[in-house]
Amino acid sequence: MRKLSRQTKRDLVAYSFIAPNFIGFCVFTLIPIIFAFALAFMKWDGSNPIQWAGLSNFTRLWKDTFFIAAFKNTIIYCVGTVPLTMIASLALAIVLNQKVIGRGVFRTLSFFPYVASLVAITAVWKMLFHPSKGPVNNILLNVFNVPQDQLPQWFTGGLVLFSMILFSVWKYMGYYMVIYLAGLQGISSELYEAASLDGANTWQKFRYVTWPQLSSTTFFVVVMLTINCFKVYDIAIMLAGGGSGELTTSATVLVYYIYQKAFIDWDLGYSSSVAMVLFLMVLFVTIIQFRGQAKREKA
Amino acid sequence: MKSAHKKAVFGKVIIYAILILIAVVMIIPFLWMLSASIKSDREVFQMNPFVWIPANPKWDNYLKIWTKIPFGRFVGNTVYLTLIVTFLQLLTSSFAAYSFAKLNFRHKNGLFLAYIATIAMPWQVYMVPQFIMMRRMGLNDKLLAMICLQAFSAFGVFMMKQFYEGIPDDLCEAARIDGMSEYRIYASIMLPLSKPALSTLTIFTFVATWNDYLGPLIYLKSQEKKTIQLGLKMFISQYSSDYGLIMAGSVLSLIPVLVVFLVLQKYFVEGVASTGLKG
Repeated sequence: MRKLSRQTKRDLVAYSFIAPNFIGFCVFTLIPIIFAFALAFMKWDGSNPIQWAGLSNFTRLWKDTFFIAAFKNTIIYCVGTVPLTMIASLALAIVLNQKVIGRGVFRTLSFFPYVASLVAITAVWKMLFHPSKGPVNNILLNVFNVPQDQLPQWFTGGLVLFSMILFSVWKYMGYYMVIYLAGLQGISSELYEAASLDGANTWQKFRYVTWPQLSSTTFFVVVMLTINCFKVYDIAIMLAGGGSGELTTSATVLVYYIYQKAFIDWDLGYSSSVAMVLFLMVLFVTIIQFRGQAKREKA
Repeated sequence: MKSAHKKAVFGKVIIYAILILIAVVMIIPFLWMLSASIKSDREVFQMNPFVWIPANPKWDNYLKIWTKIPFGRFVGNTVYLTLIVTFLQLLTSSFAAYSFAKLNFRHKNGLFLAYIATIAMPWQVYMVPQFIMMRRMGLNDKLLAMICLQAFSAFGVFMMKQFYEGIPDDLCEAARIDGMSEYRIYASIMLPLSKPALSTLTIFTFVATWNDYLGPLIYLKSQEKKTIQLGLKMFISQYSSDYGLIMAGSVLSLIPVLVVFLVLQKYFVEGVASTGLKG
């Protein structure tokens, strides 16, 4: 064997570091991604020969009421969840950034919902918000005198999206709080001292120091939240799914439709075209993010 | 002066009031879960009077759950999956990230671009072709499929790389001059320094794998392959009114994640801050 050049040797060492992850990543992520793009233009049931379908999968989408419902619900869920979670997590971070007794305990507590499994914690929510027996409706009935027949049905019909939003805010605010905390700790205390000297009150300090200083954190939080909302599936299944996990048009979401079309109807090409819609939505938000970041770095 | 003091006290009172409110909202579902797990089905929804701990706590809910469904099997599968996935994820991500952050080599940017391009790609977009491929490879209904699926993420590499870039290059240079190999530098200098990042990645991976639902739902069909989440969901759909048992199973399923989180959390904020997750 001839002697390897120094550069080749150096490259081989570097590749040996990358290889274990990269090979797994290529086989199980990159290849399926390429496959997904191709599949959106095919007709296939998983066993018979694949047929070319051109754009027919996409033209089908616009006439499919179930798809339109899934798309609409995902957007509504997103529009409700993103601002509420952002406000809640920012407020939480500001409060927990003060010097208060038991700060560590509170920080830990607010993170509990994030690490708790969805199956377990949604089971509790379904009990708390049980339409006839749950404590929430019980309080509405006995304390606020809401008539029995007007008690909210939290997990069916029009309210189900609202319940999903409420639940998401509760579950994920602790996570985004950590990101905001990291952002808050990066703000120099001199800025606050200067604001105090100028006679700024608490609100003015927030408005003119904290908020502008956190703008890049907020931007990141909103982007992450939006993308995560597009991917919602489990929450809908757990809160609104029937016994065998099916969703009606009032609670269906994009990922559920991808799942249903593929693994129940075995209409793989069509399922992939729904997945492409999801991809384009995420891509759109990601491009906004890149642009925003570039603008920020320029400034 | 006095009014300023009064104002400060007033501010503190408001902050504590908010804190207590938040703590109550955060913790009540968990307390309810604990409370319901030792109640009979009749006691669970009893409101007048509402008691947190019933007169005769039904501790045997915690025993019955193991026999009513193969809960031990579900726990075993989940522990096995979570440990292997977390270990592989930490090892391969930090390994690859070291190369990207501290070494120079040909095609570095091209290779890294492959990771960057897919980091924003939701798994849900390619889960179907991935399943078809795994089925072809004979991995349908195998725990190994779940490992392959979750162990090699772009996210882990990206996160570790961000952290390593914050460590001065001089440290590596000095070690190279001392004649250390790259593998030694990685193992004895970089790894010990990256505790916050490793802890953060451990929390993310452990929590994600332990709590994953859609992945196992697609891949794991037979009863003896199911994870806790699938098993618990199955139990809930079958015995929807066995509230005490459902809650006991839920409590058990939460314990490992909470323990991991509590052990590693002191690094967590630091990890999030230093790996640039805040953007």
